[in-house]
Amino acid sequence: MTETDIEDLKRGTDLVKRGFARMQKGGVIMDVVNAEQARIAEDAGAVAVMHLEAVPADIRKRGGVARMADPGTIDEIIEEVSIPVMGKVRIGHRKEAEIMEVAGADMIDESEVLTPADDKYHIDKRDFTAPFVCGARNLGEALRRIDEGAAMIRTKGEAGTGDVNQAVHHQRTIKSEIRKLEGMNHEERVMWAREHEAPRELVHETAEMGRLPVVNFAAGGIATPADAALMMYHECDGIFVGSGIFGAEDPEKMGRAIVDAVNNHDDPERLEEIASNIGAGMKGEANADLPEEEQLQGRGN
Amino acid sequence: MTLEVGVVAVQGDVSEHGDAARRAAANHGEEAVVHEVRSAGVVPDCDLLLLPGGESTAISRLLEREGIDEEIVAHVAAEKPVLATCAGLIVASRDARDERVETLGLVDATVDRNAFGRQVDSFEAPLDVTGLDEPFPAVFIRAPLIDEVGDGVDVLASWDGKPVAVRDGPVVGTSFHPELTADARIHDLAFFENAEAAL
Repeated sequence: MTETDIEDLKRGTDLVKRGFARMQKGGVIMDVVNAEQARIAEDAGAVAVMHLEAVPADIRKRGGVARMADPGTIDEIIEEVSIPVMGKVRIGHRKEAEIMEVAGADMIDESEVLTPADDKYHIDKRDFTAPFVCGARNLGEALRRIDEGAAMIRTKGEAGTGDVNQAVHHQRTIKSEIRKLEGMNHEERVMWAREHEAPRELVHETAEMGRLPVVNFAAGGIATPADAALMMYHECDGIFVGSGIFGAEDPEKMGRAIVDAVNNHDDPERLEEIASNIGAGMKGEANADLPEEEQLQGRGN
Repeated sequence: MTLEVGVVAVQGDVSEHGDAARRAAANHGEEAVVHEVRSAGVVPDCDLLLLPGGESTAISRLLEREGIDEEIVAHVAAEKPVLATCAGLIVASRDARDERVETLGLVDATVDRNAFGRQVDSFEAPLDVTGLDEPFPAVFIRAPLIDEVGDGVDVLASWDGKPVAVRDGPVVGTSFHPELTADARIHDLAFFENAEAAL
């Protein structure tokens, strides 16, 4: 056996960034605002925590400009838990992303939940060593984000509402567009790429794989174990829960129940046990009652 | 012949391991039937078992909640092959020096979780592995390092002087992710060298 050369290593490659996202599959990533919540999330079985200043439901209530959280708090969370710690930055805010990378975030969410810093461009994520996750409402949007370097896609849903219907809508749209692509020939796929402003190579790759070329999570309005199971039924690879854990009556029970529901999403009898006696979910706000200017999903395209 | 392959699927990169097991079996002219293990009752019917990468805290909690942990221990006691990667190796180890992870003691080794740092320190590199002619394209993601190994443990590969791939009887453990590339040689090494004795 020859000696392995330890200088011969590469960091921040697509394989390493997308590989990190793959390790999150089948898991639940929970929004937390401090180390105490992060501890509860890890104990409940979360695969990672997402750090932000306030959960989306509170950002909605509070109004004003929503920005990256204090990077000092992320240090405390990193000290507290052994699972990956992610952080949200504003769409197009490269400097917030650089700060978050240096602060030690294992993944950066360029998120519509925060107030966009750029009305036209997303961050060029290819330059970063840390992997990124981005939201999408349809396949064209998802492929544009992957082209910019996103290593994971999540549905946008409608964050902070506790209403799962937009997450369902976005996931169904993505899956349905992929099924259509699979039935197309080469030139039809090229035309589809032009019409949907999607990079051509990624359109072909998606059609051949029959799925997004990166991990595809659900997010935006997931509030109960049944919601999480529903998104797994719609072939998501895993779940983000924002306000649904710490907006619930009993966050410990709700967190654990959502983790168990993802693992048992195809077993109704187990789901019945899991969903029983866990206290009330977050109150929420139906998407149908939400005026367009209050919707977050339209931020970034 | 047909091999019944169980992939522990409570969390982690499950489909990648299923694909790698199928590739390794095909190289030997055999067919792998892959079973995803999310609850008790599946492992006893499996010839080979995979413990994938993921988050070791989440995996170990779910193995215990679902009662799969004891079935895995029984599988190894029956000398049937196991490949455990990254988080799977942590769960399979004797001691992870962390009360948040319930280890199964299948590999007589202690491990240090997240030994390389944060995700920005994750990397890929060619790695020399005993039994393989050419270096293996190893992907280390928030990887553990193996700290101490017992007398019966063979070290198959090292990184910077620390073991990163070991064999303890029917169990092969790696701190990297052989399932992330199309190269099935580690699955081959874990299953088909061991399998002949076990089947």
